[in-house]
Amino acid sequence: MSARDGTIGSSPNRVGGIDRVTGAQRYLADLSVADALHAKLVTVPVAHARIDRIDGSAALALPGVRLVLTADDLPQPMPRFGPQNVDRPVLATGETKYQGDPVALVVADTKEEAEAGAAAVRVDYEALPAVFTVAGALAADAPLVQDPSLRPKDPRRETNVLNEHVVAWGDVEAAAAEHGLTIVERRYTFPMVTHFAIEPHAFMAAPDGDGVAVWSTIQHPNWLQKTIAGLTRLPLSRVRVYAPDPGGAFGGKQHAKYEPAVVFAALRLGRPVRLVLTLEETFQAVRRASCEARVRTGFTSDGRIAFHDIEADYLIGAYTDIADRVVGKGSYPAAGPYNVPAVRIVARAILSHTVPSTAFRGFGNPQINWAVESTIDEGARELGIDAVAVRLRNLARKGDRFIPFDTPCDGEWEQAVRKAAELIGWDQPCPPGHGRGIALGIKSGPTTGLSYSIVRLLADGSAVVYAGTSDMGQGARTVFAQIAAHELGAPLDWVTVAMGDTALVPYDQQTSASRSTVLMGNAVLAACRDIQAKLRTMAAAQQGLDEADVTVADGLVRLASGRELPIREVLTAGLGKLGGEITGLGEMRKEAEAGHPLSGAPAFFEFNCTAIEAEVDADTGDVTIHRHVTVSDVGKALNPLQVRMQDEGAAIMGLGHTLMEHYIFDEEGRIRNLGAIDYRIPTSMDLPRELRSEAVENADGPGPYGSKGMSEGALLCVAPAAAAAIRDATGVAIRDLPLTPERVWRALQAGPVPGDAEGRR
Amino acid sequence: MPQTTLPIQLTVNGTRRRIAVAPHHTLLEVLREDLRLTGSKECCLVGECGACTVLVDGWSVDACLVLAVEADGADVLTVEGLASPDGRLAPIQAAFLDQGGVQCGFCIPGQLMSAHALLAEHPHPTRAEIEEGMAGNLCRCACYEQIFAAIGQAAAGDAPDLGGLGAGAHAGGARAGAKTSAEGLDQ
Repeated sequence: MSARDGTIGSSPNRVGGIDRVTGAQRYLADLSVADALHAKLVTVPVAHARIDRIDGSAALALPGVRLVLTADDLPQPMPRFGPQNVDRPVLATGETKYQGDPVALVVADTKEEAEAGAAAVRVDYEALPAVFTVAGALAADAPLVQDPSLRPKDPRRETNVLNEHVVAWGDVEAAAAEHGLTIVERRYTFPMVTHFAIEPHAFMAAPDGDGVAVWSTIQHPNWLQKTIAGLTRLPLSRVRVYAPDPGGAFGGKQHAKYEPAVVFAALRLGRPVRLVLTLEETFQAVRRASCEARVRTGFTSDGRIAFHDIEADYLIGAYTDIADRVVGKGSYPAAGPYNVPAVRIVARAILSHTVPSTAFRGFGNPQINWAVESTIDEGARELGIDAVAVRLRNLARKGDRFIPFDTPCDGEWEQAVRKAAELIGWDQPCPPGHGRGIALGIKSGPTTGLSYSIVRLLADGSAVVYAGTSDMGQGARTVFAQIAAHELGAPLDWVTVAMGDTALVPYDQQTSASRSTVLMGNAVLAACRDIQAKLRTMAAAQQGLDEADVTVADGLVRLASGRELPIREVLTAGLGKLGGEITGLGEMRKEAEAGHPLSGAPAFFEFNCTAIEAEVDADTGDVTIHRHVTVSDVGKALNPLQVRMQDEGAAIMGLGHTLMEHYIFDEEGRIRNLGAIDYRIPTSMDLPRELRSEAVENADGPGPYGSKGMSEGALLCVAPAAAAAIRDATGVAIRDLPLTPERVWRALQAGPVPGDAEGRR
Repeated sequence: MPQTTLPIQLTVNGTRRRIAVAPHHTLLEVLREDLRLTGSKECCLVGECGACTVLVDGWSVDACLVLAVEADGADVLTVEGLASPDGRLAPIQAAFLDQGGVQCGFCIPGQLMSAHALLAEHPHPTRAEIEEGMAGNLCRCACYEQIFAAIGQAAAGDAPDLGGLGAGAHAGGARAGAKTSAEGLDQ
């Protein structure tokens, strides 16, 4: 383990960690607000329904029930919101569009009274035909999920295709017509999975003077502030969002869900209202888009990829949320980290009567990477070329514009591939019955960004950092404290990081896309440098020197003479008897680029190589992961332990959708496995026998000290690497996730697909 | 409408408490809402996630599955009772911090209580014993390896003193000690 002292590149104990091990950490549901009322959602148990009448009279007659809020109680027309399309109603109006779409909110004195009230609300509805598969949504007679009047200018408004994203370069058909190519065409499916943060989503709102205060388990407090201000027609300054550290988020807590309904209820009642979702309700609030992909790839005889022709249908939910962006951004780098002369990627976002899909670690990339990397694996098998060799042959090298007009390859990716191959022992014989697989993945980092930070260097040399990032477990607070401690020469435990209150902390666009170390990190760094400039003026005056003869860096004041002064000494003398402090302002801006399909080239790529060694129990279909190696290009690990934990966490989360996780639907589009008993995520019994996470560090990232974002990469490659390992061990190719024992066992019974190469045994 | 309540007595983290509880309220509800001990977390409410794990008379249990009235007379240890009254962290808490066994932290109170019970039963647990002993506590951040390392660190130091009770498996969980004295567990 690295040093623990808090310096850059060391792994100090997590800032804020003590409260997390003593139970003192206050998550949203732990907060106690005087006079708070409790809310419960009212839903109907079908995927799609016409709401005829909602009768709250029986509920209102129950003890403690204060309000049954329905669409009729809200401003007309129904206020809508959404980060991309403004298509989501505060409460369902006229129709419900997925199982769990709330038609009313019951507010009562206690949680139990709210639950009893919700059960007593009578909803007359008629179940309507629903679509919950790609085929169903695209059928000629499919019911429309979205009212066409919400997108009157869209030529697709009379279909369930919300959007189509096309990325292309080179001439795919000409490339495919080249003589002598081996062309592999395969179809893959990726299931609907849910975030399953251990903290269910929770919301609270209260009148606050002339405005409103909102508490949410949100990742993007500033975005929520804007949403609520828009819906309530309040100025931003009268909407105060408190965002306590989320208890896990993974993308599911990026955008507003039921905060608007809670706000309207609180303003109507003039009292605080809280809504803590159950896990089952959370399953019906957020999920990842499922995907059906067809990949046609041409290989030359020596293993070069001549073209990729990729079609992916992502099944998003009933409202857009951020899902169309997920489809567009996630499919954009689908050709992978390779130099491919001809590429065509067509990705469609298809609406359905299902839970609105949203951002989820990997942001649309894991679905398509599963298909494309698996196809490369199958191509290598047909050609008889080693799976590592075929990838190295096509891999982009630093500076290569592997996606024309986009950010060039920004890392020594080959190092990561070679390291992963070495660590899994790729060139060593595999133990009998075991098989190995390897996969590569990239994900575009943030394409735009805006982060402000204020840093205050207090009179004693301690510091307060203000950062609007959410620390949802990734450890942003610790890394920002490390940056400030390093720049200002303060011990780590003299730095406090203030987050989660829009009235006090300056604007941050969002906590997503593994951006915070780079974007907010640079803002914190800039604020510290602003302070350093003021210290330099101070020191020059104290020493009677020109400012040119003073430098302030790395926590020290250095004079031209070579003498070094502690910052604290200069500060104390400079502030004088009145004391006070020095404030610094930092801003990190990544502007949108006109004409770029993603509105901007990514600030960095996340690159990962994962290698897996697996064994299959032929009697049960159970898969044992013996070894799981993940190597990510992180630029510079500012906190190596946190880097490893994020990398391992992404890897194990990837094992979830690879081996066990999926929503199971009944014939009417209802989720049959709502909740923790029937929806399984990896436990301590499901881990690889050996899990190894390594980082490639060349200090070549755009973040502080050469860092890059890195929290998602290790999730991108798990499924293709695991399936390739199973293929290697058994000869059986499975192209549908998850690789459950039943699915694997059935595939083993069916035997190798005709024409497929045999496995190792 | 007045709710029926039943008087019960609990010793929570070494303090004797007499409270009137609704007969259908779980121990988790009573801890979180009546006693305002919010360290024990609420997630699945069906005994699958382990976020609400506490020790009842030394047995690790999911507090969401135990009615408060069932715990009448019991000694209950929650995460708030692990550190000594002067704030000194218990070895298992310090080990979680040292090894990085904490990310978002939401599952950690339950993980700590299960780890505490595991070490009581197996002062020097094998990897397999750790995996099995912690299988009831989900961590979606998935810092399982660091949690295992933390348990290893705590085991390498002094395991919790359990008042001389032998290890004993139980269908419902692991046992940390039959009696938490009025002072709480001595560690």
